[in-house]
Amino acid sequence: MATQILMPALSPTMEEGTLAKWLVKEGDSVTSGQIIAEIETDKATMEFEAVDEGTVGKILIDEGTEGVKVNTPIAVLLEEGEDASAAAAAPAAPAAEKPAAEAKAAPAPTAPAEAAAPKAAPEVPEGTKFRSQTVREALRDAMAEEMRRDGDVFLMGEEVAEYQGAYKISQGLLEEFGARRVIDTPITEHGFAGLAVGAAFAGLKPIVEFMTFNFALQAIDHIINSAAKTLYMSGGQMGSPMVFRGPNGAAARVAAQHSHDFAATYAQVPGLKVVQPYTAADAKGLLKSAIRDRNPVIVLENEILYGRSFDVPELDDFTVPIGKARIAREGSDLTIVSFGIGMTYALQAADELAKEGISAEVIDLRSLRPMDTETVIASVRKTNRCVTVEEGFPVCSIGSYLSSVLMEKAFDYLDAPVLNCTGKDVPMPYAANLEKLALVTTAEVIAACKAVTYR
Amino acid sequence: MVATRRSAKANASNAASKDDLLHFYREMLLIRRFEEKAGQLYGMGLIGGFCHLYIGQEAVVVGLESTTKDGDQRVTTYRDHGHMLACGMDPKGVMAELTGRSGGYSKGKGGSMHMFSKEKEFYGGHGIVGANVPIGAGLAFANQYRGNDNVAFTYFGDGAANQGQVYETFNMASLWKLPVIFVIENNQYAMGTSLKRASSTPALYTRGAAFGIPGEAVDGMDVMAVRAAGLKATEHCRTGKGPYILEMNTYRYRGHSMSDPAKYRTREEVQKMREERDPIDHVRDLLVQDKLATEDDLKAIDKEIKAIINEAAQYAQDSPEPDAAELWTDVYA
Repeated sequence: MATQILMPALSPTMEEGTLAKWLVKEGDSVTSGQIIAEIETDKATMEFEAVDEGTVGKILIDEGTEGVKVNTPIAVLLEEGEDASAAAAAPAAPAAEKPAAEAKAAPAPTAPAEAAAPKAAPEVPEGTKFRSQTVREALRDAMAEEMRRDGDVFLMGEEVAEYQGAYKISQGLLEEFGARRVIDTPITEHGFAGLAVGAAFAGLKPIVEFMTFNFALQAIDHIINSAAKTLYMSGGQMGSPMVFRGPNGAAARVAAQHSHDFAATYAQVPGLKVVQPYTAADAKGLLKSAIRDRNPVIVLENEILYGRSFDVPELDDFTVPIGKARIAREGSDLTIVSFGIGMTYALQAADELAKEGISAEVIDLRSLRPMDTETVIASVRKTNRCVTVEEGFPVCSIGSYLSSVLMEKAFDYLDAPVLNCTGKDVPMPYAANLEKLALVTTAEVIAACKAVTYR
Repeated sequence: MVATRRSAKANASNAASKDDLLHFYREMLLIRRFEEKAGQLYGMGLIGGFCHLYIGQEAVVVGLESTTKDGDQRVTTYRDHGHMLACGMDPKGVMAELTGRSGGYSKGKGGSMHMFSKEKEFYGGHGIVGANVPIGAGLAFANQYRGNDNVAFTYFGDGAANQGQVYETFNMASLWKLPVIFVIENNQYAMGTSLKRASSTPALYTRGAAFGIPGEAVDGMDVMAVRAAGLKATEHCRTGKGPYILEMNTYRYRGHSMSDPAKYRTREEVQKMREERDPIDHVRDLLVQDKLATEDDLKAIDKEIKAIINEAAQYAQDSPEPDAAELWTDVYA
């Protein structure tokens, strides 16, 4: 019986890709494991193998087609003796290892519109032109611009050079800056993080890329004991002008040891600065500020956001100050505070609430340490209600800290208890349905917003 | 100022001149007397927390410092007073840090284990066993990045030699040919655990073999042997050949820290070391035997050192505690 070949997913977070090349044509017979096509994403190019033997009955998607969604039928495979007419009736065969359910669970690929929001952050002058860029490109540009500007800045980490980055963030940097400044390390986080701290003590400005922040647990002694504390312990004589960056928090279906959100953990440590951008513009502007900062800065990125596009100002030297929140959407009935990928849920909720006549102000914290609580307090004094949104664990979370700040600084203005929407208090499960339950959802945010507005 | 560091350029040969020996004697004595005074002040309650004395190990750092040149860096663990004095840091500033006073190197905010001097290229003073090892390689990385021929002296103990990050560092240092000398100060006891009870292989100088790093065992109680090994190692590093391991076999007379009753070894063992292998007596004997110095010359040095130490101790007690406002400074640059 004829089967459909579906567009494969090359990574847990891939949502669409380019069918770059067909290596077979209609009428060719293929064997199991034979490479039949090349698939590209903004991150990688991969060869796609046939999962069964048969004859290519029909090619449904031409080579060179961009934006092919995962699980779209791309060809029909005929069994021995079948002819092309069977192709029309072909049922779908699961492509690669990607279960169909996962595509549905994946968050929407495009960022929700920030309606009613000032288009630009305060740091962008009026009249500035914008261009659409992915977070991935914005992070790369930030590093490249700072490396051009300052010869003491260098990048080190696993696969950052020849492989162009495990998540393709450092694409092109080796070619431009050479192996002296773009350095592939062995898989030894503890060692290379400590080595980078030593280089920072000596006055260089390392950017340490962790393949994910989960692996930085092996290096956390150097991040906290060596990098964060030395300025204080030396009475101000020397510190660690450096950046630790990489994806943080849940991606998709990578389970407990690859999904930990460390935002609250690092935000607790004096001596560190911590930022977690949501938009590409903030990713670029904050990373540039982090590289220039004379302190150790943790830049928490997110794998799911890497491929999302946002408007980035076309400025020669665009930076975003560390410690300043951004009002992403103005509103009057309640304040939703979030950061990083949490903004996805916050903005989706605000959209839905608007349809029901509830006007939510959405604040993107951007920086977690120092945290711009002033902006949050001012907003809550206006709206009198607050919901916080984050993917991290609930105990001692960013939201629980904000709750205590608001109780202290805006108690008389509150018309409802502050509610925290967080990830669940469990290690991240693997199963698609459980993972969905473990993460914060837009529905939960909407429910919390309705609760604080008594709707 | 006391304890001026000798330049290797001044005397790069192995042979010890009279001046060298007198210098070594003086430097080792300075450390010995400083540490004895620190022990006293600790007993008087003027120094708090942990205080790890270097008594017995003086030849290691004094011998190696004689092979440094301007721009070379050093980084060590929490048994760090000797390293600071040997690289020319002011005994007053070190002692005042021990007493937690504003005149200390870290304004009283670091204490015994966490002291630094950017000026003297002393990068700590680290309280976490083994953590200073990759940091030392990072200092060496900066030398290589900048294209100079400086060397990072990275000191750690026999206890730290079993740490995982040490081997991660060995791998990168050898892979990238970093100019770093790993100085393993093997004083035989990692706190209360003797080397043979903690190390699967006791020959620590061979620990770099898997990474292609040459290593050498050195009599760390003989300052001339230390210097000779140091000259060889620095030459290796300065000429781009990569890292080098020196295992300094030495001995600490005091406990691991002031609060260590030292029940894990016999009084006789310590006494025997003191009598037969003391690094300062060794140099003193050489000076007297070879008639390079008279008893009176040495007494004059003793007197001078005593005055320096008394001055440091007085300063460390007179210097005011840090202002309360200092609580909030130096968190961010």
